[in-house]
Amino acid sequence: MTMREEIEAAAARYPDRRSAIMPALMIAQKEHGHLPGPVLEEVAQILGVERVWVYELATFYTLFHTEPIGRFHLQLCDNVSCMLCGSEALLTHLETTLGIRKGETTPDGAFTLSTVECLGACEMAPVMQVGDDYHGNLDAARLDALLESFR
Amino acid sequence: MFEPVLLRNVDVPDGHLLSTYEAGGGYRALRKALGEYTPDEIVELVKESNLRGRGGAGFPTGMKWSFVPKAAGKPKYLCCNADEGEPGTFKDRIIMERDPHQLIEGLAVSAYAIGAETAYVYIRGEYVTAIRRMEQAIAEAHENGYLGIGILGSGFNFMVHIHRGAGAYICGEETAMLESLEGKRAQPRLKPPFPAVAGLYASPTVINNVETLACVPHIVMRGSAWFRGIGPDRSPGPKLYCLSGQVRKPGLYELPMGISLRELVEEHAGGPLPGRKVKAVIPGGVSAPVIPEGELEVGMDFDSLTAAGSMLGSAGVVVIDDSTCMVKLATRIIEFFHHESCGKCTPCREGLDWTVKVLRRIEAGEGETGDLEQLEMLCKGIFGNTFCALGDGAAMGLRAALKHFRAEFVAHIEERRCPFH
Ligand SMILES: NC(=O)C1=CN([C@@H]2O[C@H](COP(=O)(O)OP(=O)(O)OC[C@H]3O[C@@H](n4cnc5c(N)ncnc54)[C@H](O)[C@@H]3O)[C@@H](O)[C@H]2O)C=CC1
Ligand SMILES: Cc1cc2nc3c(=O)[nH]c(=O)nc-3n(C[C@H](O)[C@H](O)[C@H](O)COP(=O)(O)O)c2cc1C
Ligand code: SF4
Ligand code: FES
Repeated sequence: MTMREEIEAAAARYPDRRSAIMPALMIAQKEHGHLPGPVLEEVAQILGVERVWVYELATFYTLFHTEPIGRFHLQLCDNVSCMLCGSEALLTHLETTLGIRKGETTPDGAFTLSTVECLGACEMAPVMQVGDDYHGNLDAARLDALLESFR
Repeated sequence: MFEPVLLRNVDVPDGHLLSTYEAGGGYRALRKALGEYTPDEIVELVKESNLRGRGGAGFPTGMKWSFVPKAAGKPKYLCCNADEGEPGTFKDRIIMERDPHQLIEGLAVSAYAIGAETAYVYIRGEYVTAIRRMEQAIAEAHENGYLGIGILGSGFNFMVHIHRGAGAYICGEETAMLESLEGKRAQPRLKPPFPAVAGLYASPTVINNVETLACVPHIVMRGSAWFRGIGPDRSPGPKLYCLSGQVRKPGLYELPMGISLRELVEEHAGGPLPGRKVKAVIPGGVSAPVIPEGELEVGMDFDSLTAAGSMLGSAGVVVIDDSTCMVKLATRIIEFFHHESCGKCTPCREGLDWTVKVLRRIEAGEGETGDLEQLEMLCKGIFGNTFCALGDGAAMGLRAALKHFRAEFVAHIEERRCPFH
């Protein structure tokens, strides 16, 4: 399916096309990696909704990125259960290993490092999400192996 | 031995497939509901069961359903709250990943009861596996006549759609969820009107948590007396408890409502890590006030925890041991609420901003005399003055930390450092 067709299929699930802005942004972000202005314009145009509505959602929700991010987005949970199980030390470990601070992307564009709020997988704390996948019960050695598998 | 009901399928291989679900007796409740009960009789049955909302507030489910106006006209909607953002909570994820048909059957029976032909399941965006499993299960249910036009040969039509969230805790607040479903920024609406009267697209809408809906088919199969017979009569049923933090056996446990917090932590979850002692437990996600070790006899049900000054909330049980600094913990929790405040009302937006500043300086050993009084004043300014329960949860939690662990706060200020470092 083209992006337009996917967005139309999403819109068919709701009685009001405005409801489809979130799913449409997900689809567009999958297609383009992030959501620059022209992509937002395209989403608004496909759905036939106000541009400002689309911008508003793209900037309100944290899973939408209006700026480019690395190929691997390392999202380390640092909420309570993960903190109690040692996520702080893991953050330091990642920062040293990758040579970047949280919020930054490595110069080769491979990794973006972020901390996130609870991922809802506290039974396997500490947890990190990379792309669609969760990696739990992490320690420094497991992190190293994980990073190695991405390179 | 308590026999698990909600989790009976989660460790079965391929538990997420329709064939496995059917082999275990799945969709018999839907058949029974459509064949033997009128919608009103299902509402009555759920009322009699005393099922209370597992999303955290514990509102009686049957009563909520009975507020939906009977009159035809506007369509009615069922929304499933699968946003699960409360730190310490992971039960809904596990149900959707490993036993999605249980939820779909719950949705179908509940929709039949309230007269809704459409349901939206609002799943937090991070839960990619859960979303895939739910999509697959919905497709399978469709192909086999459990969803769609005239399901199981009845006159009842029912469709389920997934709406993927995009990372905002506030979307779990039901009216913010409705805004989000309508394609707007997720900011809570004024209640009343309650969604049961005017919700999605201003139509009557019932919003229920994943676990609440998952209970419904079992009530149909086993009866309301069975359900009420488990745990306290006013707050009964099987219950999912999410154990995490500094505990030997973290994981999801299904046990009766009302079990003591101590038994849950020490017996089922194996107690503290070797060489450590439990210092405190958060019983219901970080919105729930912390309970010090000495008070762990409390029963894990809505009424007992409220009476003990805390709440059952999402039953996200976070165990904290004696190596942990409570100032640091409290700071992290308030940072979370500050980050997730939607900004709509001033006490929450500004109040939490100040609260974070004061807590951070105390934690850093730069606290000043009067800081604790300042924190109490901030809590007072927030509690009861905010638009939704996010602000209240933040203030209640901090008050409990200040009350039970005041000495740790004082030590930070007097010694000008963290005694745990
Ligand atoms: N599961 C999770 O991840 C999280 C759960 N929570 C929980 O959320 C709770 C607060 O939720 P709220 O929705 O603000 O509580 P609430 O008490 O306002 O509402 C609870 C439910 O009852 C319904 N209701 C209440 N009075 C009604 C009436 N007169 N008529 C019709 N319907 C009525 C509401 O529509 C809602 O569905 C907290 O106790 C907390 O435990 C908070 C954060 C996250
Ligand atoms: C800030 C905030 C976040 C919430 N998050 C959730 C959530 O993630 N999941 C949930 O089921 N209920 C959540 N709730 C409670 C819902 O507003 C609502 O009470 C619940 O979905 C009703 O379903 P129930 O009656 O089945 O519990 C939240 C409430 C607040 C105030
Ligand atoms: S209490 Fe906080 S989250 Fe709730 S409406 Fe007000 S600002 Fe938004
Ligand atoms: S606190 Fe990290 S997954 Fe819940």
